[in-house]
Amino acid sequence: MSTTLAWTTAALVCIAATPAAAQDVAGRNLAASCAICHGTDGRIATKDSPLIPLAGLPKDHIATQLRAFRDGKRPATVMHQIAKGYTDPQIDAIAAWFAAQKR
Amino acid sequence: MKRRDFLKTVGALSLAGCASAMPSRARVVVVGGGFGGATAAKYIRMWAPSVDVVLVERESAFVSCPISNLVLAGYSSMPEISHGYDGLRRHGVQVVQDDAIAVDAQKKTVRLARGGDIAYERLIVSPGIDFSFADIEGYEAAMQAGRVLHAWKAGEQTVALRRQLEDLRDGGVVVLSIPLAPYRCPPGPYERASMIAAYLKQAKPRSKLLVLDANPDVTSKGPLFKKAWSDLYQGVLEYRGNAKAVGVDARSMTVKLEVEDVRGDLLNVVPPQRAGNIAMSAGLITHNNRWCDVDWRSMESKKVPGVHVLGDATLSAPLMPKSGSMANNHAKIAAAAIIEQLSGRPPQPEPQILNTCYSFVSQKEAIRVSSVHRWDAKDATLKPVAGSGGVSAARSEAEGTFAWNWARTIWSDTLS
Repeated sequence: MSTTLAWTTAALVCIAATPAAAQDVAGRNLAASCAICHGTDGRIATKDSPLIPLAGLPKDHIATQLRAFRDGKRPATVMHQIAKGYTDPQIDAIAAWFAAQKR
Repeated sequence: MKRRDFLKTVGALSLAGCASAMPSRARVVVVGGGFGGATAAKYIRMWAPSVDVVLVERESAFVSCPISNLVLAGYSSMPEISHGYDGLRRHGVQVVQDDAIAVDAQKKTVRLARGGDIAYERLIVSPGIDFSFADIEGYEAAMQAGRVLHAWKAGEQTVALRRQLEDLRDGGVVVLSIPLAPYRCPPGPYERASMIAAYLKQAKPRSKLLVLDANPDVTSKGPLFKKAWSDLYQGVLEYRGNAKAVGVDARSMTVKLEVEDVRGDLLNVVPPQRAGNIAMSAGLITHNNRWCDVDWRSMESKKVPGVHVLGDATLSAPLMPKSGSMANNHAKIAAAAIIEQLSGRPPQPEPQILNTCYSFVSQKEAIRVSSVHRWDAKDATLKPVAGSGGVSAARSEAEGTFAWNWARTIWSDTLS
């Protein structure tokens, strides 16, 4: 018996969610890279992580720390090298995104 | 979910859409549940819950290549690096265990090995690598006979290579052969060399590891690996550059180089690689019969519209490694872009992503390389941001702690 099934492609496409503000999306997209070490949306999902959760930290605190890493004022194993890849507006967008996430 | 039940569910959803004349939901199909595909499936569901996502993956669980070298040394285990897909199901991803064997880009359907086509609005192909076995004479037969292994996809061969190491007599010679770059995970072979050497030093102290590298020198974190080898594995590990394997002979247990033959008691020969088979059958390959070029703002194929390619299968952007971190980041570019495209908007104009990649050089010490990659409009690709990135100052247990944190966290970010 032939099991080939033809599934119709949706002709009309509907994304129900209201599009997020472009600025939020930009922050979200930049911050998504951080999740490989800091967890999805900055929430620590593992036991015994050496890192603190970024989700819900004050925006100014995150931005200040990122600039301190970037400018060599706060020592680090890796963040000094990564922070140098981000501009001031990018740092502010990332900080705003994490600050807005639920802990 | 059993495949038949899944088909019923999806069929019912489509019918319900028609009957009530409601706009149908968009469906994204993802082929491959590794760091790229699994992350894309999760993030599309997370960022746009109204989009249906179907993940087609031939295995029942994800087995991580990162940390698999530690399994060879006995410092980790297969259960520790294996993770099921229930986390994705909790995000509402429909997981189909099957092999995707063909794509019809006109009809926008993916054909499954066990029969049936799945229709898609956008398709993500994240197939990882397959091997160019024919580049090494005698390889495939020797591998089928279990006489030579690559263990460059974590899984059965990881277990088999660990067993071969355990069975090796004290005084035996292990040969590790590395292909010319580009291949999956630039520092991976050198981490493997370190892990095998650590095991031999501890369990088979009269044994030797001979590393035959087709590249002229260590391709990633070179000074850090070489310092570790001279500090920790002198007399155990011997490294030779410009030593390209062109054949293997299972009977005499030799690796044939261009100018000489090298005998070993255990042959771990990693063959040259290319984008996974489905990339080839779907016509996505653009370069050297091996890799798939993409638009880095959306990860959309430059050859087949509506199809996005992620991870190791891509023609790498300048100085971008084929790594789990990169595949996970590619997935987030694709997820963001697809959500915009499904809504009739253009993808984000200037993506920026980062790579962080740890390698163990002993049981507890690791070294790292990081880079940040930003869209360059002039050259229409992602390029490292000048002045950013770099490697560890020195190998350390602190980097080892961060390496384990990276592994557990990226597994979670990808799959839960």
